[in-house]
Amino acid sequence: MIAAVLLLALVGVWEAYAQLSGVEDIVLPAPSAILTALVDDRALLWSNFTVTAAEMGLGILAAVVLGLACAVAIHFSSVLRRALYPLFVSSQTIPVVLVAPLLIAWWGFGLGPKLAIVALVCFFPIVVPTLDALDRVDPDLRKLMRTFGASRWQTFRMVEAPAALPGLLTGAKLSVAVAAIGATFAELAGSDAGLGNLMMKAIPQFETARAFAAVLILSVFAVALFGLLALVEKRVLPWAHQPRGTAP
Amino acid sequence: MLTRIRVPETAPTEMQTELGSVTLRDVRKTFPAARRGAEPVTALADLSLDAVPGEIVAVVGPSGCGKTTLLELVCGLIAPDAGTVGAAPAALMAQRDLLLPWCSAVDNAALALRVAGVGRERARAQAGALLRDFGLDGFSQARPHELSGGMRQRVAFARTLLSGRTVLCLDEPFAALDALTRQEMQDWLAGALAIAPRTVVLVTHDVEEAIVLADRVAVLSPRPARVVATLDVDVPRPRRRSDARLVALRERALQELRG
Repeated sequence: MIAAVLLLALVGVWEAYAQLSGVEDIVLPAPSAILTALVDDRALLWSNFTVTAAEMGLGILAAVVLGLACAVAIHFSSVLRRALYPLFVSSQTIPVVLVAPLLIAWWGFGLGPKLAIVALVCFFPIVVPTLDALDRVDPDLRKLMRTFGASRWQTFRMVEAPAALPGLLTGAKLSVAVAAIGATFAELAGSDAGLGNLMMKAIPQFETARAFAAVLILSVFAVALFGLLALVEKRVLPWAHQPRGTAP
Repeated sequence: MLTRIRVPETAPTEMQTELGSVTLRDVRKTFPAARRGAEPVTALADLSLDAVPGEIVAVVGPSGCGKTTLLELVCGLIAPDAGTVGAAPAALMAQRDLLLPWCSAVDNAALALRVAGVGRERARAQAGALLRDFGLDGFSQARPHELSGGMRQRVAFARTLLSGRTVLCLDEPFAALDALTRQEMQDWLAGALAIAPRTVVLVTHDVEEAIVLADRVAVLSPRPARVVATLDVDVPRPRRRSDARLVALRERALQELRG
C-alpha cells in the first residue's frame, strides 16, 4: 500500500518534470509517453517478452535442478564439498559481460547460450541457501532417526529433503532478480529477439520510450515471478513460516 | 483434566514383545578436547548401571555430568572407551519433542513405523489409534505448531513407543514444559507406562520427577560421572506426590546429590 503511494508520487514528479522542464523525449520520456509506447508497440513488446520470459523461466528451472543436485551431492560428500564449493564461489566472480559474448560465439544466437548465462547467475543464489538448510538440520533429529534404525537415504528422504525445501525456494526467489539481469546481458551480447535486444535497438532509433516500456515489462514480470514463488512457498510450505518454531 | 488413558482394545503387536534389559558395566567415555589446548573431557568413569526388564530406572545428577552421554551409549549412538554396554534395542526421546513441522501429528507418531517399512495407511492407522488412547482424539491431522507443549510431548512419546523398541531412553522429557504441565505429564507418563510397560532409563535433573516415576533412582556424581547412591522407591502406584515415603526419599536423594 505504502509502496503504491510512493510509486505514484514518484511517477507524478517524473511526469511533471518531463512536461515542465522541456527535456527532450529521447533523453527522458514522460511516463505518459512510456504508456503510449506500451500500447502502440504491444505486439512488438509481447513477441519479444515471450522470448525473454522463456530464457528466464527455463534458466531458473535449470539452475534449480542443477543447484539442488549439487547441494545434495555436497551435503553427502565432504570430499565434494571441499572440491566443488570453492569452484562455485569463484564461478560467481566470472563477469557475465565477458562470458556472454564467448558463449554466443560458441553456440550462436539461439536460446542455448541465454539459458546457460541465466542458469550461471542463478546457480549460486540457489545452492547456498539449499545447502545451508540441509546443513542446519538438527543433529538430534539425525540421532533420533538412527535409533529408529533409519538408513542414510531414509533420513535424507524423510527429514533432510523436506527441511531443505524452504532453502531451495528462498534461493529461487533470490535468483529471479539476477535472472532478469542475466537474460538482458545475454541478449545484449548477441541476439535477434528479446526485451534486451529490443532495448538495445530502440536507443539508436531514438525510441527511448519503447526501451523504457521494455524495462517496465521486465520488472513487472520479475515481480510477478517472485510473487508466484512466494505464493507457492505459502501454499506448499506453510510450516516454514510458523511463529512458534519447532524447526528441525 | 488432561487425559484419561484407555487400555487399547487390540493392542498393537509391538506392545506385547518381550521387554529388554540394560546393563552398563564399568563404562568409561572420554571426549577429545573441543579446541586445541583444552583438556579432553571424561564424561563417565567406571559407571555401572542395570535395569531389569520392565524396570523404570531414573538417573539424576548435576547438570553437565554426562547423563545424555549415558543414554547415547545405551542407544548405541556412541561406543564406550572401556567397559561394556549391553542393551536391547533402545529408542531415545529427548527434551525437545523433535517433531517434524511439515508432518501432521499422526504422521509424526508413525515416523518410526515408516522407517521400519510399514505401509503409509497401516502406519497411520496404528499411530492414530495410539494418539486416541493418548487423549489426542481430533488432533491427528494437526501440525506440531498447532499443539501445546504437553500435546507435542505426547505425540513424541507415541512415536517412541511405536518404534517397537522395548527399552526407552527418556532424556529430560518434560524439562521444557511449565511446572503445571510437567506434573500433569509425569502423572500421564506413569499411567501410560502402566498400560504399555517398558524398560525405561529416565534421565532428569528433577529429583521429584525421578522419585514419582521410577522403581529405582541412581544418583550420579559431578563429572566424571559415577553412581554414588541407588535408592529403591518401594512405593506402590498410583503414587501421590505428598506421600511421606516419597517426600523422605526426595530429601535423601537431594542429600546424596549435594554430596
